[in-house]
Amino acid sequence: MPPPKARIPAVDGWFTLDAKAPQLLGTRCKACGSYFFPKETSFCRNPSCAGSEFEEVPLSTRGKLWSFTDNRYAPPKPYMAGDPFVPYAVAAVELEREKMVVLGQVAGGVGCDQLHAGQEMELVLDTLYEDDANEYLVWKWRPA
Amino acid sequence: MSSKEVAVLGAGMHPWGKWGRNFVEYGVHAARAALADAGLAWTDVQFVAGGDTMRNGYPGYVAAATFAQALGWSGAQVASTYGACATGAQAIDLARARILAGLCDVALVVGADTTPKGFFAPTGGERKTDPDWQRFHLLGATNPIYFGLYARRRMEIYGATPRDFAQVKVKNSRHGFSNPNARYKKLYTIEEVMGSPIVSDPLRLLDICATSDGGAAVVLTSMDFARKRATKPVRIAAVSTVTPRYPNTVIEMPNFATDSAVGVAAPDVPFRDSIARGAYEQAGIGPEDVSLAEVYDLSTALELDWYENIGLCKPGDAEKLLRDGVTTLGGRQPVNTSGGLGCFGEAIPAQAISQLCELTWQLRGQAGERQVKNAKVGVAVNQGLFGHGSAVLAKV
Repeated sequence: MPPPKARIPAVDGWFTLDAKAPQLLGTRCKACGSYFFPKETSFCRNPSCAGSEFEEVPLSTRGKLWSFTDNRYAPPKPYMAGDPFVPYAVAAVELEREKMVVLGQVAGGVGCDQLHAGQEMELVLDTLYEDDANEYLVWKWRPA
Repeated sequence: MSSKEVAVLGAGMHPWGKWGRNFVEYGVHAARAALADAGLAWTDVQFVAGGDTMRNGYPGYVAAATFAQALGWSGAQVASTYGACATGAQAIDLARARILAGLCDVALVVGADTTPKGFFAPTGGERKTDPDWQRFHLLGATNPIYFGLYARRRMEIYGATPRDFAQVKVKNSRHGFSNPNARYKKLYTIEEVMGSPIVSDPLRLLDICATSDGGAAVVLTSMDFARKRATKPVRIAAVSTVTPRYPNTVIEMPNFATDSAVGVAAPDVPFRDSIARGAYEQAGIGPEDVSLAEVYDLSTALELDWYENIGLCKPGDAEKLLRDGVTTLGGRQPVNTSGGLGCFGEAIPAQAISQLCELTWQLRGQAGERQVKNAKVGVAVNQGLFGHGSAVLAKV
């Protein structure tokens, strides 16, 4: 038996690795309260705000489905598509507290026929791709 | 007549296709055609604005000089610009600003592209901090993913149907059928569109625009210069190259998330609505004055969004406008008389310039079988990723 693969994030610092209750990590401007994902850490993008100090904040783990679609064909590199390619859905989810919409793949083979706008979605961690040594994790959405 | 106008004295294109030749060839072909149309020689041109291409090496990044060299170094002033799909409008605006500032009388605007097959992928190299690289790597978010999200949103909130989307393709295929510069000259039926394979649900292959090779050019001049050579030249009354206003609360390529509306409330006018509005305000007219429009139909469903964004109807009424034939040739306000991207495919830096070519021919009454009767005002809109608005308003 080969040793189990290490589970490492496909990108550093964008989400927590808590397998049971993962959270996206954004930043919040200390001056005006605007949220940013991925993180903004240098200057606030609110044109009326001179803020340049941010706190790292976990984003809401649930939201409402704004819209959804899917990939029926393998995206080009740098997407690491499996062979054979398995189609997957992509969701745009509205976070109420942050007043923003965040994209993510839909986990668990849930297809567009099982989705509708307004549906409650929750964040999970799932495999994006793997190589001989590692399994690379990414955030995904799934119906709550 | 407003002093903020410039004339379109010449328009020219290289037909769109998958020719596989160097983009410079298409650009020079289009430039020569535009100069011939204007009755001017290349050596009359004082300023060249080039629309850059990112997929053709260094010559593509310095497009104005590349075209100037191919036309024969003449000592003209040059400037190259890039704004993704809005590149052409930026080049047009560079030339227009030079003319309005009195720095030159005759400017040539050129854009051309040679595109690879299949989905647009980010340009090469591992660029882990580039959002355009990240969206492909972490999400597999191709351009059709974003088009699919917008299309599904129309279905969910307005009750649009895949049949409506197919109807856009059918309409545009009729419009472009007689256009000598169109790549796809085939009349499609609803059944053919709805029978093509799904790419990004609900969008099918025939709902999504292809990527093409092509080139387009216009010769812009001061009004004084034009009046000596043409009795009623087509005029550019406005160019809008606006960015979004913070917070932009609609998900846009290549982003993972929208801006947050927590620190500041979302603006009253969303980004895509603000693009044409900027042009209407400059020109002092409204959408009711528009005789025809060229809109960026990256997908069939997106064309319906544009009807609302440019003020042809209220949000949610686009399907009715389409079904009533208002936007079909012969209707009150035909949209994409050229055939649009559905018949052309996308040749990024050339696209906004080709839209202006179509407006010019329509406003001159030279559009042949696709001519809009008594066309007086045309608007062309477009949007480039990373927040580039593009609207050009032309009058006669």
